[in-house]
Amino acid sequence: MLLTTAIALVFFYAPNDADQGFVQKIFYVHVPLAIVALIGFVAAGVMGVMHLRTRDDRWDQRSYVAIHMGVIFGVGVLATGAIWARASWGKWWVWDEPTLVSFLIVFLLYVTYYPLRYSIEDPQRRARYASVFAITAGAFVPINFIAVRLAESLVHPRVLNQTAGDMPGEMRLTFLVALAGMALLYIALVKLELTSKHARYELRRLRRLLEEEDRPSGAAAQPIATVPAKPN
Amino acid sequence: MAVEPATDPARDAERLSPAEDAITLAGVVRRYGERAALHNVSLRVRAGTTLAVFGPNGAGKTTLLRMLATLLVPHEGEVTVLGHRLPRDAHLVRPRIGLLAHDPLLYHDLSARENLRFYARLYDVPEADARIAHLLETTGMTARADEPVRNLSRGMAQRIGICRAVLHRPEVVLLDEPRAHLDPEAAAMAEPLIGAAAGVTRVLVTHEIEHGLTEADRVLGLRDGAVLIDAPAAQLDASQVRRLYGVTA
Amino acid sequence: MRAIAAIARKDLLVELRTKESVPAMALFAVTTFVIFHFGLDRDRLEGELAAGVLWVTLLFAAILGINRLFVAEREQGGFDGILMAPIERTSLLLAKAGALLVYLVALELIALPVFALFFIEEGFWEAVPRLAAVILLADLGLAFVGAMLASIAVHTRARDLLLPILLLPLTVPVVIGAAAATKPLLSVPLETSGVGKWLAVLALYDLVFGLLAYAVFDFLMED
Repeated sequence: MLLTTAIALVFFYAPNDADQGFVQKIFYVHVPLAIVALIGFVAAGVMGVMHLRTRDDRWDQRSYVAIHMGVIFGVGVLATGAIWARASWGKWWVWDEPTLVSFLIVFLLYVTYYPLRYSIEDPQRRARYASVFAITAGAFVPINFIAVRLAESLVHPRVLNQTAGDMPGEMRLTFLVALAGMALLYIALVKLELTSKHARYELRRLRRLLEEEDRPSGAAAQPIATVPAKPN
Repeated sequence: MAVEPATDPARDAERLSPAEDAITLAGVVRRYGERAALHNVSLRVRAGTTLAVFGPNGAGKTTLLRMLATLLVPHEGEVTVLGHRLPRDAHLVRPRIGLLAHDPLLYHDLSARENLRFYARLYDVPEADARIAHLLETTGMTARADEPVRNLSRGMAQRIGICRAVLHRPEVVLLDEPRAHLDPEAAAMAEPLIGAAAGVTRVLVTHEIEHGLTEADRVLGLRDGAVLIDAPAAQLDASQVRRLYGVTA
Repeated sequence: MRAIAAIARKDLLVELRTKESVPAMALFAVTTFVIFHFGLDRDRLEGELAAGVLWVTLLFAAILGINRLFVAEREQGGFDGILMAPIERTSLLLAKAGALLVYLVALELIALPVFALFFIEEGFWEAVPRLAAVILLADLGLAFVGAMLASIAVHTRARDLLLPILLLPLTVPVVIGAAAATKPLLSVPLETSGVGKWLAVLALYDLVFGLLAYAVFDFLMED
């Protein structure tokens, strides 16, 4: 239900400014996608901290899904960013936009999350290392943003800020709604995937408990000789 | 003959009397993913005694040993070594335990002596050089102590590994098939260090059933992570242990 | 403290004896400079081009050294030996980061003069003191992040492949900061304005990731 509301919100308001031109419409998708993805990444870092503190694998699941969704949204960010660049400057990629560039770097980092997880066999170690990655990458997002912004501000003017800075009232409203819609979409998708993962996790846990209870009656598990040590 | 340097009086005061338990496990569970590597394991080892651990491959023997060595933490249950709870007080236990496993844990490009000096620094062993010299002599490795470990045979590296394991005079010695890769002469040389005569608490993982039964005071038999044998060695015979391995003879 | 010194000492002793990491890193750097000469078709470099070539080369050379950092522990079983010892586990991180720092400085002592020889016409010696500050701060960041990532990568299957792809995005701020700070120093004529700002960025990076690496290392080492 949350999902439908989110999508409805996003699409309902988009036609609201058909008169603003194609470029502006992309803006309402591109920027919210980016903001939500980045917040998702940082949130995944917090979940990583929770996982290390509580040793509860469910935090690792949440962290994984948050990053997974963030990466998918990230593809959207880069794609819409490219479209926007083409529409605004005639090229498919520009270095002028520090937010886009810093997002690219963050994206490249988070993509390595998958090979990292995949290449660790021990399940406990895999979850722990994934959490450390999530924390490190989460801390990286702001630092990277600062560094890239400082670098680009030397040479190129910042387009995004100018656009965002003097938004008239109705554009601002549309933007905020789009942002809310995107955030809801993200949360809905995360919840969806988490529910399915959680269900599988619970199923395995229950199956394991059943197996452990069945053990004493198994023939192979008959004790051979147990003479408990006398207490001192 | 190198003189054995004096022992540490502060440490001696902490030693357990024979009536106390050096090691206690209660309901310990250790998982690997979905599987239980150790399932509901409980045992007690009195100070100064030897526990032999038998079981087929994958039974959980190495997992158990590594848990006692503070390298693995239990997922459920309690582990107490020398009166300290693991993993909470692992730092208190580490100076007093030693592990000898398949890998001698030596750096190939350093000499035996340099390796031992390194570990002596990590363990803050008093009068390290004298202690190292004594151990090298006991294991008959003095002559080749200054060559890179890379040049030594497996058996010789294992002898140095024994030196490393007991360098800091641990009260609990954990042994994973210590006689593998040792010739009879070297095994005899190692006796005073890791044998029953050393007077330390020992956990001995071995596939040599007869030898294990002779050496042990108690026996633990593991299979698929579960305890199937937990009895004094005197009350067991080899055929019972062999049943652990699925051999019915 | 004693443990950090013991482990670092052991590492430096092994490196001195095997000469595994530093010569390879230095050779790689020098060769890369030659390749840049041909690739860019330039006899001399200055300003941002010089800074870029220098830092890209140093970073990639550093990766060679970082890859080897924990391999001895992994392959020769030393991890168990160190983890069982009554020491703080973060000592291992600090010792490895320290050793890596030494390797990087050794690398730079060779690569920098060669770089100046190949590409810089004038003003290099005046730039050296400030350049040293930039290099030191950049090295510190590389040492911490490199040591931490190396300890992660060494437990994975494709460790030689995983380390660079993890390291490179994370060290982008270092490259940004170091190159931007170096650019005025290698410009003709030499400038010093703006260097301070970038030194601050590098210092911030070092602080954040140094603390982070220290905080998470215990979790990486446990089992």
